[in-house]
Amino acid sequence: MIHLRPLRTLEDHLSRRINRAPSPAFAIATPWVTVMLGSLLPAWPYIASAPVAPPLGLLLLLAWRQGRPGLLPVWAGFPLGAFDDIYSGQPFGSAILLWSLALIAVDVVEARFPWRNFAFDWLEAAVLIPLTMLGSLLLANAAGGNASPKIIIPQMLLALLLYPMIARGVALCDRVRLLPLRRLR
Amino acid sequence: MAPSANRRSGNSRRAQYTTFFGYIAGGVGAALGAILVVISINNPGFMAGLRGFGSEAVAPASRPVAAAKTESHGLFEVITGYIAAGSQNARLKQQLAHARARLITADAQAEENRRLKALLGLMQATPRPLTTARLIGSTMSSTRRMATLDAGSRDGVIVGMPVRSPAGLVGRVLEVAPTTSRVLLITDAESVVPVRRAYDGLPAYAQGRADGTVQIRLISLGVNPLKPGDTFVTSGSGGLYRPGTPIGVVWRITNDGAIARILSDPANSDYVIVEQAWLAETTGKTTAPPASPDAPSAAGASAQ
Repeated sequence: MIHLRPLRTLEDHLSRRINRAPSPAFAIATPWVTVMLGSLLPAWPYIASAPVAPPLGLLLLLAWRQGRPGLLPVWAGFPLGAFDDIYSGQPFGSAILLWSLALIAVDVVEARFPWRNFAFDWLEAAVLIPLTMLGSLLLANAAGGNASPKIIIPQMLLALLLYPMIARGVALCDRVRLLPLRRLR
Repeated sequence: MAPSANRRSGNSRRAQYTTFFGYIAGGVGAALGAILVVISINNPGFMAGLRGFGSEAVAPASRPVAAAKTESHGLFEVITGYIAAGSQNARLKQQLAHARARLITADAQAEENRRLKALLGLMQATPRPLTTARLIGSTMSSTRRMATLDAGSRDGVIVGMPVRSPAGLVGRVLEVAPTTSRVLLITDAESVVPVRRAYDGLPAYAQGRADGTVQIRLISLGVNPLKPGDTFVTSGSGGLYRPGTPIGVVWRITNDGAIARILSDPANSDYVIVEQAWLAETTGKTTAPPASPDAPSAAGASAQ
């Protein structure tokens, strides 16, 4: 009889035994790491001569904030925005400012409307994402250049249509995050 | 969805303080961001070191992907090449015949050119590429158009060097890190390139529009002489870009110029060439700079 030892071990880890708990480091790091990976999007080697990709880092941040309120603190916009600014090509500080404001806005809406469904969350994202993108455009133009707001409209529409999928992806990450990987002794 | 219970602070002082300081920290973060963005708008080089460190950190991950992109590109060309081989062969033979005829004309013209330039005492600046490298990333979601180049200060790249592909100008180096550098693409709204019309030398500026096209602004106002299909090349004024590097083809006429599509789409150029800044090279090669009234005073000022 063949012993599939690694598989057995994984199964053993994931089975719902009473001495299993999520790994704290993994559970805490997942939201931060996924948002940072979203910010690394410009490192993908497609050399675009026009802005084509939606701001994936911002979408992931909002999806984590709406799907799991309180998991990322209100001040998460500062470190995550700073990381985004390193790679986005925007003037440094633009994502720090805009992402912090977006997170505060989500918190205020959450306090005002505690009972929400996904349609409401999507509507909220549909207001916040275009405003943030427009803010980025204005800050980039202030640093030099005169790009027309027209060129980010396709990007905005793509971001809004992509948002439900991002939210599902974040929900999946949230399940993976809480897999019982740690054995309690 | 019901609100989660752990978000209600209730009567717990600790939870209330945590919520309160969370808001304070968020507000302080936004304020710091506002300060930083004002600093970086006034000083574009702000945090360049951090950006350089960041691009160095992800370069090992993006290099293999860039290489794989080039190879898969090649594979598709091989397959389509087999399919289209017969018709391509016939077409190429025809083109070769045309090309032979034109080559003879070109030889004659080159000879004439050489003679006329010698007559004028102009120096023939031969292109001297500094290095050849791959573009390994770009800003895809921001309206700023920048790319990451797989060559840095260790390869001798310095800020301001023009970057081109075989098809035309790509941009110029903006920031340099040890093994990577940031390239401002010519489609960025901040990039302005002095250009001239290829066939008659009509001077203009090409300013990026951040959407893959450039705006051609004519220097001399009046009746707009541009037509769709006009080709623009760099004029060399300003001394940065070598004259004669292709830029773009006029696509739509506007009131004060035209909108041109760029010729070197950076998405298609696997390798790019980093050149020396043109004027730096020419002044380095010529022993005597052209006599101008302010040249001796400038030399005197630098000697002091």
